[in-house]
Amino acid sequence: MDLSPEQMAARLGAFVAREAGLETQQVAIEGLRRLAGGSSREIWAFEACLSPREGERRLDLVLRRDPPGRDEGGRDLEFRVVSAAHEAGIPVPRPHYCCTDPEVLGTSFYLMDRVDGEALPRRLLRDDRYERTRRALVPQLAGILVQIHRIDPDQPELAGLPGGDARPGASPARDEIERVAEGIRVMAAEPHPVLELAVRWLRERVPERSRRTLVHGDYRVGNVLFDEDGVRSVLDWELAKVGDPVEDLGWLCTKAWRFGSPHAVGGVGSREELLSAYAYAGGDEVDPEHLRFWEAVGSYKVALVFIQQSWVYRTGRVRSLELASLGRRIAEAEDALLELMEESP
Amino acid sequence: MNDEPSAPDLLRAVERFLERDAVAGLDGVARFHARVAANVVAMVAREIETEAEHARREWEGLAALLGEEGALPETPALRREALARRNEALCERIRAGEADTGAMRGALLAHLRGTVADKLEVSFPPRERDAGKTGRA
Repeated sequence: MDLSPEQMAARLGAFVAREAGLETQQVAIEGLRRLAGGSSREIWAFEACLSPREGERRLDLVLRRDPPGRDEGGRDLEFRVVSAAHEAGIPVPRPHYCCTDPEVLGTSFYLMDRVDGEALPRRLLRDDRYERTRRALVPQLAGILVQIHRIDPDQPELAGLPGGDARPGASPARDEIERVAEGIRVMAAEPHPVLELAVRWLRERVPERSRRTLVHGDYRVGNVLFDEDGVRSVLDWELAKVGDPVEDLGWLCTKAWRFGSPHAVGGVGSREELLSAYAYAGGDEVDPEHLRFWEAVGSYKVALVFIQQSWVYRTGRVRSLELASLGRRIAEAEDALLELMEESP
Repeated sequence: MNDEPSAPDLLRAVERFLERDAVAGLDGVARFHARVAANVVAMVAREIETEAEHARREWEGLAALLGEEGALPETPALRREALARRNEALCERIRAGEADTGAMRGALLAHLRGTVADKLEVSFPPRERDAGKTGRA
């Protein structure tokens, strides 16, 4: 379905009217525009002007959807996860309506409040105006994680989350490692001794016991909106799942998200600060070895992402300059893995 | 023998054009891609200058770890093939558990530290690491 912006606005107007219990002519959609970012999802912004018989209100909204023709059907689950986070008092854009009917826009989508804020980690790390934000960031990110990990992953509203099957003997950590290893085996163009060594190191360290909670799945500085006072909003819940909460802490420490800074946590703080802030906010005491394991899984996954992007280029699927250059970044993930293996040989 | 400027010098001229002129004259996605392009040609220039030395170091490290003799081929393409074969042999040893502990592990980590540092010198030299460039994809 290829819609012009005008057609898209008209359909959105009818959808919002239906959801809000209004007549179609009582809703006007204004300023519909596509926003940059959201590499695998399309993001649009617009204003919805609702004019019932009494009172008028304007909603500043963002629409998130799979690109046309690539409906992965997960928007409904993502919407339910964001709704649960919103109810738990976690700073997320307030979710409004979700639409799984492909007749409306071609792919499923949901609508949420538009939140102002900066999203570029490099500005966070370098601009003077974010000095206060940098100091507040580690405790804030840790506190929000504690709240996320307290959400009941077995509530009926979250049915269908990956990893939700709690069979005895199941190990989400082991499954994750083997999934990445298989991806590397299939797509890597050349042998990678560092990655061979890393996968053995990881298999040896799979945590025997871990808690089972809701996991954000992509918790890093690049996925939060911030301003001069700190975190405004946690975004990108599409990889949410049930698993080991330490995975979110480890991913937050993964070297790829430090943007050249020597500080482990998103380029602004240390692992020790993160773990003590997490415990202070009411989270579990986390063994640094357990954190190191998940940080290494993070860099192992980052290696696969670069291998995969280079593969997409090399096999001629997408001839993009950006993808072409990413294969050379595998070395950065290898460097991070070596560092972790040297610390704990 | 080709005349001057050398291949790396020509690539650096392209890098300068991309960084100074193309980036300034473009916006949005094209501007971003111009930055990426500038980084890519600079990377290729560094690879041309360092490939023979890096290949020799990696070859010698692999020879010591594997206990294999043999000369490194003369041309870059054959060097890549030969290095890939030895790296595959090394991967088999790792998969067989030979580097899980002991002297082999220490020697292997030291070797890999060197090869990764060489790769990073090409793809991500220290002077760029903290330069805050936004064009790094």
